[in-house]
Amino acid sequence: MTYRLGVDVGGTFTDLLLFDQTSGKFWRHKTPSTPHDSSEGILNGVTAICEKAGISPSDVEFFLHGTTVATNAVLEGKGARVGLITTQGYRQVMQIARSFVPGGLAGWIVWPKPEPLAALQDTLEIAGRMDADGVEISPIDDAEIRAVLTQLRDAGVQALTVSLVNAYLNGAHEKRVGELAAEIMPDVPVSLSHEVLPEMQEYERTLTTVANASVRPVMRRYVRNLRDKLRGAGMAGSLSLLRSDGGLMSSEKSEEHPVSLLMSGPAGGVTGAIWVGKNSGIRNILTLDVGGTSTDVALIEGLEARRQRDTEVGHLKVRASALDVKTVGAGGGSIAYVPELTKALRVGPQSAGAVPGPVAYQKGGTLPTVTDANVVLGYLPENLLGGTFQLDREGAKKAVQTIADALGIGLMEAARGIIDIVNENMFGALRMISVQQGYDPRDFALMGFGGAGPLHVNAVARLMGSWPAVSPVSPGVLCALGDATTRMRTETARSFSKRVADTAEEDVIAVLDEMARQTRAELLAEGINEADITSQFELDVRYEGQAFEVPLSIDPETLRRDGLKAVTDRFDAEHLRLFTFNMDSAHELVNLRAVAMGPALDLPAPELPASDGNLDRAKIRDHQLWADGAMVPAAIYDRALLQSGDVIPGPAIVVEMDSTTLIEAGCNGTVDHVGNILINLA
Amino acid sequence: MPAQIIQANETPFATVAVDPVTLDIIENALRNARIEMDATLVRTAMSPGIREQGDAFPLIADYQGRMIVGQFGSYIGPFLEGFEGTVEDGDLIFLSDPYSVGGAISHCNDWLVLLPVFKDGRLIAYTSMFGHQSDIGGMVPGSMPIHATSIFQEGVRIPPVKIWKKGVYNEDLIKLVMHQSRTADWCKADLNALIASCRVAAARVVEMAARFGDDMFTSATDLLLERNYRAMKHLIETSIGEDKVSFEDYICDDGMGYGPYKIKCTMWRENGRVVLDFDGTDPQSKASINMFLNENMMRMFFGIYMIMIFDPQILFNDGYYDLIDVRIPEGSLLKPKFPAALSGRTHVLGRLFDILGGLLGQKTPEFLNAAGFSSSPHLFYAGTDKNGKWFQLFQIGFGGIPGRPMGDGPDGHSLFPGFTNVPNEFLERYFPLIIERYETVADSGGAGLHRGGNGIDMVYRFLEDGVIAIHDDRWFVPPWGVNGGEPGARARKVLVKKDGTEIVVGNKLEDYPVEAGDRLHFITWGGGGWGDPLDRDPALLAKELTQGLVTEKGALRYGVVLVDGAVDAAATETLRAKMRAERGPIETFNFGPDLETLRANCLAETGLPAPQAPKWGTVG
Repeated sequence: MTYRLGVDVGGTFTDLLLFDQTSGKFWRHKTPSTPHDSSEGILNGVTAICEKAGISPSDVEFFLHGTTVATNAVLEGKGARVGLITTQGYRQVMQIARSFVPGGLAGWIVWPKPEPLAALQDTLEIAGRMDADGVEISPIDDAEIRAVLTQLRDAGVQALTVSLVNAYLNGAHEKRVGELAAEIMPDVPVSLSHEVLPEMQEYERTLTTVANASVRPVMRRYVRNLRDKLRGAGMAGSLSLLRSDGGLMSSEKSEEHPVSLLMSGPAGGVTGAIWVGKNSGIRNILTLDVGGTSTDVALIEGLEARRQRDTEVGHLKVRASALDVKTVGAGGGSIAYVPELTKALRVGPQSAGAVPGPVAYQKGGTLPTVTDANVVLGYLPENLLGGTFQLDREGAKKAVQTIADALGIGLMEAARGIIDIVNENMFGALRMISVQQGYDPRDFALMGFGGAGPLHVNAVARLMGSWPAVSPVSPGVLCALGDATTRMRTETARSFSKRVADTAEEDVIAVLDEMARQTRAELLAEGINEADITSQFELDVRYEGQAFEVPLSIDPETLRRDGLKAVTDRFDAEHLRLFTFNMDSAHELVNLRAVAMGPALDLPAPELPASDGNLDRAKIRDHQLWADGAMVPAAIYDRALLQSGDVIPGPAIVVEMDSTTLIEAGCNGTVDHVGNILINLA
Repeated sequence: MPAQIIQANETPFATVAVDPVTLDIIENALRNARIEMDATLVRTAMSPGIREQGDAFPLIADYQGRMIVGQFGSYIGPFLEGFEGTVEDGDLIFLSDPYSVGGAISHCNDWLVLLPVFKDGRLIAYTSMFGHQSDIGGMVPGSMPIHATSIFQEGVRIPPVKIWKKGVYNEDLIKLVMHQSRTADWCKADLNALIASCRVAAARVVEMAARFGDDMFTSATDLLLERNYRAMKHLIETSIGEDKVSFEDYICDDGMGYGPYKIKCTMWRENGRVVLDFDGTDPQSKASINMFLNENMMRMFFGIYMIMIFDPQILFNDGYYDLIDVRIPEGSLLKPKFPAALSGRTHVLGRLFDILGGLLGQKTPEFLNAAGFSSSPHLFYAGTDKNGKWFQLFQIGFGGIPGRPMGDGPDGHSLFPGFTNVPNEFLERYFPLIIERYETVADSGGAGLHRGGNGIDMVYRFLEDGVIAIHDDRWFVPPWGVNGGEPGARARKVLVKKDGTEIVVGNKLEDYPVEAGDRLHFITWGGGGWGDPLDRDPALLAKELTQGLVTEKGALRYGVVLVDGAVDAAATETLRAKMRAERGPIETFNFGPDLETLRANCLAETGLPAPQAPKWGTVG
């Protein structure tokens, strides 16, 4: 028996999913998060879920974890105090920050400029310069470097970063600063820009290096504490964390490179969706992860999620691979309001959050939210499963009535308006990752998860024309499921910046081979067998002069066989798909990356018994909800009692521990062999 | 004769009821389509000006040409009035000549494409975008000769023509145009990018109309315009008085030794409308600093400023244009007569925003921002390298953002929307130069409770012989401070020859030879200060001293005495008391010394002779 335990720590709940790798059987558990020390909540959960499964923590071989610790440290400015050493003349590289002011004309009037992640007073310069070919044009001075390092040490910086101009081409100067730092400030972790991100663009490289350094101490504390606690509880298995790009990395590597974890949270849902898709035979999926304050969307094509080179957290955009997840400020807690001047109905991005929360939760919320509108319309039944949690429908009505009054329309119309607007916001985000990227959403299924995803997935699928709308099994803990079911991954990148025409194929292959060795060595060091490691190359190509590169994956054998021509041909095809035209300009090879992946897992989902054709078995009660302008009869079902092949006619509601699925009028929900509900137009 | 619109289906759109939710959904979808235009452009354009710096502007208009989403207001109305041709399904219109479209675009470098969007034989919307081209021929690389005296010296002028005519591509036209440019590859890519952006937005509009119905879509765009009209009417009634208020500011010089040039605007409310009267503005210049200001563009600027200053939540469009009466004297700097040169219009454009801020804030100083939207500094560097390859750099710089009611002005940031710097590693990789310094200038931001942002000192070391051109302003008349804040420092350009000789060069300079090894200090202005500098927290100055943003000497302007990096509290208190006693009452505006004093001290303070008062010859 091999057990994998996926753990996703959210703001309110810690979700756990225990997976028996041999039988495919799984157990899930939700326990309150403990923000002061997440490991407490995790341990509570581990104890509980092991009990449920009748195993002991020592039986868990893999502990797989998605975390927002790094993200929150950045968002809340709780990272370490970072010292930064730059090239003479570049001290204010973070202060000037590419001079960009968001907003339109006159946006500067209302823009609060964020403080740099490495404070300007902790940023110092040194002499020495490389040119744009990586050739030294003026030397560094050890004495000056020592003085600068001593000054930063005495100032009390907790982490040091070195980011020198053109270091992406030649890191010798940075290396020397690193050596001297090890001497002068041996206890302070040092990050060198040419190691963290050997890519052109001084601001982006510096920011990424600084962001990494800033969250390292936080991450190290977190990981070490968690590891100790788990060991203390008898867990001997490995501990890995989910990267922003949907792969796993060891907890040790996470301590070194937390900048790869900034989108760890949302990546879990996407990898979970891939697992669900694999088991139900759906290969193209748009994901809709609806939380309390925001919604994350992503595109999966052929069971591969689209990746991007940048990770955006708050106002920061760092260079680290991440799944291409777009976030909109639209969730269950989003507040509806009507501005005095324009009399428009707006929903979000302000959110009632977990506290005070929606009015219906009776935790002090007074402003109408999306959840309240769902309650008013009957989409969220007042009495959830088990009856432990009663929703205040009257309170919700009162709150939504304020919107109805401001707009001069009826209560139900206002509630439906709130839902329509929030669905439209989700629709907008989904279009950005599909239509805008040249994909036809009708070729994709739409999968809704997170607490409220299955409530909205049917309506949004209708807008997108993406069928079926899928309510996956365990939608509330899909992130933890994703943590548990993905594979190890590591990558390294390098700027190349040469015309393809001026490039010898063997040179490119030599560089890539070396990078592949480096990434494979990392996985070998994690104890993965050489034979189980898959390598992949990625080449960023553009027309010379463009700012936008298209990343193209290719396996080493194909590259050797078909050469760079295969790559440029694919670039032309992709460019045509994205932008509807090609050019006769030269192709430029911008960046090279090598990716190494651990063994792919074949983790089947447990099958449900076949339907006996009698849906009454799962029916809880009759119900009424708002559809097409009137209250109509509907029914409520218990998801745990559904069987493979059941067809639920809409309008209907399917409830489970932590989520509610809405099947709209005019649609049917079919339960597939592993328990997913596939909603289609009737 | 106005343009003739040819539709296979002449059925007029019906006005139908639009529920508030659908209206908001359509507004949202249009906004998303506009964002998509930007994204498409940035990804496919090639010139650094567009791809790295974002010098391009999208627009979606209703079938009558009124802007629903966009930035600079609709030029489609004036275009249609002056276009003697047809607008048909399958057409794509291309133009660049300001005089052909009533100044709707302001210099020939901006190439504009306009796509009429047809659905089922009916014109349902327009999508359009213009972007700054790196070079369109003419007398200097970059095609913006500051010393031009006629638009004929400024490169290819494109009257409204059709790239596609009823779906047929006119390849010869594009060949002819591209043949005029020193950077044809960039121009081809950028034009493709502009077109791709318009097509993307057109597809979205058609999808939207299909989803909601054509009548619903057009009724919704009407309502969106109406909604904006109502909001602006309310704002005008509550924020603009019937008493006349005036404001004037200056363009320092014209690049030919004359200046400063005055721009004056008087504003009042009359019968529920706002009048913006530019009477008192100086006559047009013989050089190229003229700006052919389109009235609609001015309406848009006014609306944006009203909204940003008084209520940033409103989304704006063309709906309120009837509420604003813009009066610009013929033959003035803002409405020059053909064929006046226009390529250096960026300084006037920037200055208009300072003037608007000054006008709107006069009666409500708490909303007032200081000056600093002063210019969009340009540097051109071109030549032929050792390998015989032509290089041509056009770069836009940034100064200090003014002190604001909400806080300090950011150092070295962009006032124009969406602009970013070009990464220096990129410049060094693709051009023969090294950027030795890229920092802000301590003390250059005007002192204030909220200080102005510092200007930037960017030092270029040229690696090849070549020529440079510089366009900047605010080197003579400083950016003013408000509510007690002081003016910001002025711009300055210094060329250090290989042998160490320093030459102060003009801020408007054309075809100036440089040699390999020369260094250029390209120093921009600092933003004006906001509020009383004597009220600024002394600890903040101590911090900014360690940050290199102010000096000990600069801190004295705030009455703060710093000794070895620490605040000397007693000395600070004494100094502040003395400064308070000695200064007069705080005025709303602090323009710095008067023009005569500026002239008298010009050479000593700036290293450049004072500009001579412009002489108004007969023009046109």
